[in-house]
Amino acid sequence: MFPGEFEYHRATSTDEAVRLLADNDGAKLLAGGHSLLPMMKLRLAVPTVLVDIGSIEELAFVRQDNGDLVIGSMTTHADIAASETVAAGHGALAEAAASIGDVQVRNLGTIGGSLAHADPAADYAAAALALDAQIEVLGPDGERSIAAADFFAGLLTTSLAPAELITGVRFPGAGGATSVYEKFAQPASGFAIVGVAAEIKADGGSCAAARIAATGISDRPVRLSQVEAALVGAALDDDGIAAAAEHADAGLTDVRSDMYAAQDYRRHLLGVLVRRAVTRAGS
Amino acid sequence: MSAPTAPKFIGAPIRRKEDPRLITGRATYTDDIMLPRMVHVALARSPEAHARIASIDTSAAAAMPGVVEVYSGADLKDVIAPLPCVHSIEDLKEPSHPAVAFEEVRYAGDAVAVVVAESAVQAQDAAREVVVEYEPLPVVVDVVAATAEGSDLVHADIGTNIAFTAVTDVGDVDSAFAGARVVIEERFVNQRQIPIAIEPRAVVADFDAGYDKLTVWSSTQVPHFVRLLLAAVCGHPETKIRVVAPEVGGGFGSKLNFYAEEAIVAYLAKALRRPVKWNGGRTEDILATTHGRDQVCDLSIAADDNGKLLAVRATLYQDLGAYHQLLTPVIPGLTVGMLPGCYTLEHLQVTLHGVFTNKTPTDAYRGAGRPEATFMIERAMDLIARATGKDPVEVRRLNFPAADAFPFTTATGMEYDSGNYQASLDKLLEMVDYDRLRAEQETRRAAGELFGVGLSTYVEICGIGPSAAMTAGGWEACELEVRRTGGIVVKTGISPHGQGQETTFAQIVADGLGVTPDDVEVLHGDTDTCEQGIGTFGSRGQAVGGAALSRCVETIQNKARRIAAHLLEASEDDIVFEAGKLFPRGVPAKAMDFQQIIDAAYVASQLPPEIEPGLSATHFFEPSNFTFPFGAHLAVVAVDKDTGVVTIERYVAVDDCGRVINPMIVEGQLHGGIAQGIAQALYEEAVYDDNGQLLTGSLMDYAVPKATAIPEFELARTETLTPVNPLGAKGVGEAGTIASSAAVINAVVDALSPFDVAHLNMPASPQKVWRAMQGGG
Ligand SMILES: Cc1cc2nc3c(=O)[nH]c(=O)nc-3n(C[C@H](O)[C@H](O)[C@H](O)COP(=O)(O)OP(=O)(O)OC[C@H]3O[C@@H](n4cnc5c(N)ncnc54)[C@H](O)[C@@H]3O)c2cc1C
Repeated sequence: MFPGEFEYHRATSTDEAVRLLADNDGAKLLAGGHSLLPMMKLRLAVPTVLVDIGSIEELAFVRQDNGDLVIGSMTTHADIAASETVAAGHGALAEAAASIGDVQVRNLGTIGGSLAHADPAADYAAAALALDAQIEVLGPDGERSIAAADFFAGLLTTSLAPAELITGVRFPGAGGATSVYEKFAQPASGFAIVGVAAEIKADGGSCAAARIAATGISDRPVRLSQVEAALVGAALDDDGIAAAAEHADAGLTDVRSDMYAAQDYRRHLLGVLVRRAVTRAGS
Repeated sequence: MSAPTAPKFIGAPIRRKEDPRLITGRATYTDDIMLPRMVHVALARSPEAHARIASIDTSAAAAMPGVVEVYSGADLKDVIAPLPCVHSIEDLKEPSHPAVAFEEVRYAGDAVAVVVAESAVQAQDAAREVVVEYEPLPVVVDVVAATAEGSDLVHADIGTNIAFTAVTDVGDVDSAFAGARVVIEERFVNQRQIPIAIEPRAVVADFDAGYDKLTVWSSTQVPHFVRLLLAAVCGHPETKIRVVAPEVGGGFGSKLNFYAEEAIVAYLAKALRRPVKWNGGRTEDILATTHGRDQVCDLSIAADDNGKLLAVRATLYQDLGAYHQLLTPVIPGLTVGMLPGCYTLEHLQVTLHGVFTNKTPTDAYRGAGRPEATFMIERAMDLIARATGKDPVEVRRLNFPAADAFPFTTATGMEYDSGNYQASLDKLLEMVDYDRLRAEQETRRAAGELFGVGLSTYVEICGIGPSAAMTAGGWEACELEVRRTGGIVVKTGISPHGQGQETTFAQIVADGLGVTPDDVEVLHGDTDTCEQGIGTFGSRGQAVGGAALSRCVETIQNKARRIAAHLLEASEDDIVFEAGKLFPRGVPAKAMDFQQIIDAAYVASQLPPEIEPGLSATHFFEPSNFTFPFGAHLAVVAVDKDTGVVTIERYVAVDDCGRVINPMIVEGQLHGGIAQGIAQALYEEAVYDDNGQLLTGSLMDYAVPKATAIPEFELARTETLTPVNPLGAKGVGEAGTIASSAAVINAVVDALSPFDVAHLNMPASPQKVWRAMQGGG
């Protein structure tokens, strides 16, 4: 299988990349290529111009900034999974990165590419939502920042404007909370049938704060606010967690269904993973 | 073979001679072949599972850049004959199977047009521009429903979806059931699988007009069959066709076939007078290479209350797919033949229906009919154990034939060559400390865990096979040539593609002629070099191909002795050939080196008139029977109560494949085989929707297990030689696959016994296991 014909540009700066995007109708950014190239080979995507941002070195970094964790958009899954800085305060992100695909995919795929692609079963999506990420973006009109809650707009759709480029992702400091990621993988693709990111702040034996989000469930990642509400103030013991996890699929509509997990099984898995994630994050 | 010396190489785990080129990227696969002036072929394939072709317009495709020619099915139907099926089934309905469909398409993936262009990209781009108007016809997907009166038809012209019905009726099944204390009825499903060889199929052809010679490179297991069938289908003399199977990246039975693309590419090379290449890639390979398994069987089992198996009655539906490929209708016959497993059984009645559906044709897939049988009979043993309250081990022992009962003839007429089923089971139970394992199970169950132990004591049929039981010959051919310099060339008719015979055959020759494996070059897979052969499938490479080689070694030994006898003025019977030396018995001081004999054979000045110059041999080996390897496998699994995920904690196997030439290679075959059986048990399933669309058409959807899903294997052997061939080797290519699915499912069902689950069909996916725990099917 071969992709359609395209022109290839290697951008040397983010400004140049944005300009190339703005100047060329049908242009697409090429990051790790692990979502885009398969789509092109299947002719599900037929960009006429590819703007490769792989050699813009300043897009690949992990750093602390005023207590926030900031990750450059071209940082690979492998680098995020291996980063002690990430693991220290944002375990859910590190675990999500480590759970993606296989070694080859992790060595080339990037966090910016994954977020922009907005696969409904992508792992970062849950972590970004649970960890309250801000997606930092550069466009023809300059920089802006989009909250994860506003970023995902549906199946393979985001609120990025056509000529916008993700430069990085900013995560607020953990503030004493612990986060984890639990995943139930589809056996063929390795993508999440259900993935749950949970950030829990424990206070003694009870839950002081909780942010929980799931991927694989709907056309975009979902916050599980009813679980969060049930957890806050509850004891982080088996009973308390199980009671909160009962709410895992509360209010969810349009739950996905496929040959690996029909709706009822997916809802069930969601409950199981919520319980496991909260148990681990809260202990 | 009468090996005059104690074997030095046979039985040694020497490293594979073929591996350096494979692991350093120096192997040449079909797609690596680049010829000057080569054009590329792409096929337009039907997206519809069943439709009439109302019209086809190739003009837009023909106008695309680089396009050399575009052909519709109608353009080719008179120059490429329908694809053949080889069988001996009475009254088989054989609808015509055109290489390219021209009136009707019958599965999603059926080819409708052929585009030839200067580059592969141009060909594929143009193939998208072929415009076909399809008039949808009713789609037949359910194999059982397809047999009902009034069902929609895959082939309207034959008036039924049932291609054949074969009844096997032995003993008195009705009375046996009437008197039985235990009767169990269950529907067994052996789901459809997609073979997924690492190398997708590809074909290259070149035509030399000067010699009128057609050369075809194909990723095949059976180059000689391809040569024969190309001659038949393309009307080119067989003597002017050369077929080469270059490096072949796996086949698993899916390349034991003759495919439309082989005929199309060969025809085009001749018609266009340019070299032609087709490479389908993964997507086309999944659609248009044969699938495997796909049986539904309603099985009734009668037993007495001791657990003695009394009778089996079955209605077996084989999903053939849309057409017969080379051996499609033959495969389920192996299921029927092996249904008694390794047990004594007097009464058996099986009605087998071969049924057309609007799906990719099925055909051989590693195990080919036998894993299906093993799954059923091994599940049946556990169901009997459950019904009688006995341990599965006890039930099996009760039903084994005695170790001295061989050769043992089964209800289905198979003559099991040799065996000792008690010995392999005993060894297995000792390895796992069975009593302790069951005690551990009790402890873990008491702690709330779902923990299961599953057995599979299997027997399979391989070393395929005596020509009397085959439709196109079951012999194998071999040539052995000792060259002037002492180097030795083996030309075998088998066509190994991962089985390691470049190494094992060299081991056999090395021991037989007192040389080292490095002195021996094993050639295969080129019909101009190895002129006669049947090929590699049915675990026959060693048992039949190796036997032909043994005969050659023996002939060379005898001739060397004759020459030595002449030179040493001794009697031929007195000459000992040992470790590369020939000498009169008891007089090693007079020894001649084998090299001196070689020199004498080729210089020839000292040979008497009755000894021809040269030192080579050719043999066709005809086996007197199949071989029947056997063994005992055991899986230990844990099931996650919350999610239904099955984890294999231990996998232990004792296999008996007769004489082992290279234990490392045998283990490798078992590793891959067991993994493929685990794949059927837990992961893989080709899923079609009601419209006949393959939902698992890519590796993002079809779950070939990753290495991390496969446990460590604990392997051991017993060695019961076969009398069927001079090597005593039975074959081991399929054993692992045949045994392992049943062991794993038996373990899963055992783990689920707290939920009173009696049976589970494959794959035991988390969702299916979870539903079983909810009390649903
Ligand atoms: C075999 C396989 C298994 C996989 N398994 C998983 C899995 O388990 N979990 C999972 O989450 N993912 C999985 N993936 C997807 C993988 O994570 C991809 O790498 C990721 O989705 C895309 O990242 P990329 O860098 O490869 O982006 P690309 O493929 O290069 O681009 C993807 C899209 O994002 C756009 N884009 C890229 N970078 C930017 C940017 N900085 N700003 C704006 N737009 C941008 C591109 O234009 C394109 O539309 C798998 C992929 C494969 C091939």
